Amino acid sequence: MNENMIELKDVWFSYAGDDEGQKLPPVIKGVTLDIKKGEFLAILGHNGSGKSTLTRLCNAMSVPDKGKVFVEGMDTADETLEYEIRSKVGVVMQNPDNQIVATIVEEDVAFGPENLGVAPQEIRARVDDALKRVGMYEYRGHEPHKLSGGQKQRVAIAGVVAMRTDCIILDEPTAMLDPIGRQEVMHTILELNQKLGITVVLITHYMNEAVLADRVAVMDNGSIILTGTPQEVFQKDDILRSVGLDTTQSAKLAAKLAAKGIRLPGSALTPADFIAAFKNYSGDHQ
Amino acid sequence: MIKDITIGQYFPGNSFIHKLDARTKLILVFAGLILIFLCRNFYALALMTAFAVGSVLLSRIPFGTIMKGFKTIFIIIVFSALLQIFYNHNGTILFEWKKIQITTGGVNTAIFISVRIICLIFISSLLTYTTSPTLLTDGIERLLKPLKIFHIEPHTLAMMMTIALRFIPTLIEEVDHIMAAQKARGADMETGSVVKRAKALIPVLVPLFVNSFRRAYDLAYAMECRCYRGGSGRTRMRVMKFTYRDYIAFVICALLLAGIILFNIFFEAVV
Repeated sequence: MNENMIELKDVWFSYAGDDEGQKLPPVIKGVTLDIKKGEFLAILGHNGSGKSTLTRLCNAMSVPDKGKVFVEGMDTADETLEYEIRSKVGVVMQNPDNQIVATIVEEDVAFGPENLGVAPQEIRARVDDALKRVGMYEYRGHEPHKLSGGQKQRVAIAGVVAMRTDCIILDEPTAMLDPIGRQEVMHTILELNQKLGITVVLITHYMNEAVLADRVAVMDNGSIILTGTPQEVFQKDDILRSVGLDTTQSAKLAAKLAAKGIRLPGSALTPADFIAAFKNYSGDHQ
Repeated sequence: MIKDITIGQYFPGNSFIHKLDARTKLILVFAGLILIFLCRNFYALALMTAFAVGSVLLSRIPFGTIMKGFKTIFIIIVFSALLQIFYNHNGTILFEWKKIQITTGGVNTAIFISVRIICLIFISSLLTYTTSPTLLTDGIERLLKPLKIFHIEPHTLAMMMTIALRFIPTLIEEVDHIMAAQKARGADMETGSVVKRAKALIPVLVPLFVNSFRRAYDLAYAMECRCYRGGSGRTRMRVMKFTYRDYIAFVICALLLAGIILFNIFFEAVV
């Protein structure tokens, strides 16, 4: 039994140029990464680091020039497996407006299962279930353009959930949302991962979202430079800063406090952690 | 401004007409349009009008809403009525002054044509008012199945319609945004001659087109990610089924046809 959902083995990739046979400089340079079943992996990196290309490689939209990508043991270079792979790995994109196909919420959620040729009653059941999972069931009859960004994004997630994929890749799903929408989407993602056991790959450049993951991979210039738990990765803030990333605000505050001689016990990666650590600290000195 | 367009809009509801199968509605609206032109005299037309008004009442869509759709078409009605009044010289003369001659034939035809157009609008607008765009395209897809013989894929046509309908509100919103952005940079779109205003629209249309291409690329990618591969092997969530309601509607329309034919035979033709 294979433990890995997706395996990337020394993957190289470059886009084709405008001229015949011309290849642009590689965007992915020798990436090796195993994504385990049921894990929540965050991929961090600033714009142009190759994060989105990685998504395309994982669902067989692009095939590596060198190296191999396996999805549940299936080679993405095998064209006959293309749809099989895409029915295992769902993708949610950044712009919610550009990925909703139908004019009614529930019709859009049904789009995936309809393409897979699922029986009508089964589609109905899956759509209702998926919409309830993301908390959009009351909006099933609404028109997508009347929803907020966060709601649209949750509809897009429901569309993937209804396909019953084993893995869901979210490519900066919160980049175009307001703070409330961002929270709604993150809450939904965490629930899918914890309650349904769906493997989640979250591509983001928000540190406070990456902190919630089981594992973080940092990308820069087409390669993965760091992997580990959020605790491990965010400790190396000098490396993060050298690639244009940063640690979380609460961790920065803790570091500033430490510089003044106030060393908080435990981690301070999230505001909640910080508050807990801060309470412990003041407790020591009473 | 552009958001106020009501033609082609859908008003959700639970009436008898809403619950009819989309295919039934498509066929019956088409039949209704033909029936309107079959009417030869006022009795038949009265029957047709009663049917059209009855359908609107049955759909529980307020008359005011339908009247809104008339605003633009009102000019056409008035124009064609005036044309008939002044240029149709059949029947007895009612009024004469210099070269202007108004006859009974002219007045009758004017009224006839106006009522016809109003009936046409009532019936055709009911179709989009009571049927959701998805059901409508579904219905069209299924009705056009025979086109497969000519190697035309009805599914592709239906999918194109769905996406077009889906993106109308998105693009309208985008136009508003671009216009606001251009105005903020000092673009003037409201004053000047028609030519000047038309030219002022170019900086709105160019980004709109560019963005549309980007959207198209994104959407195609999203659709492929969701395993879309055209109509083959695809199922639908909604199963279309004719119910007793559809049979009732067909019978009513058959009776209407019979009524109009009878009236045409028994009464003298006006037009």
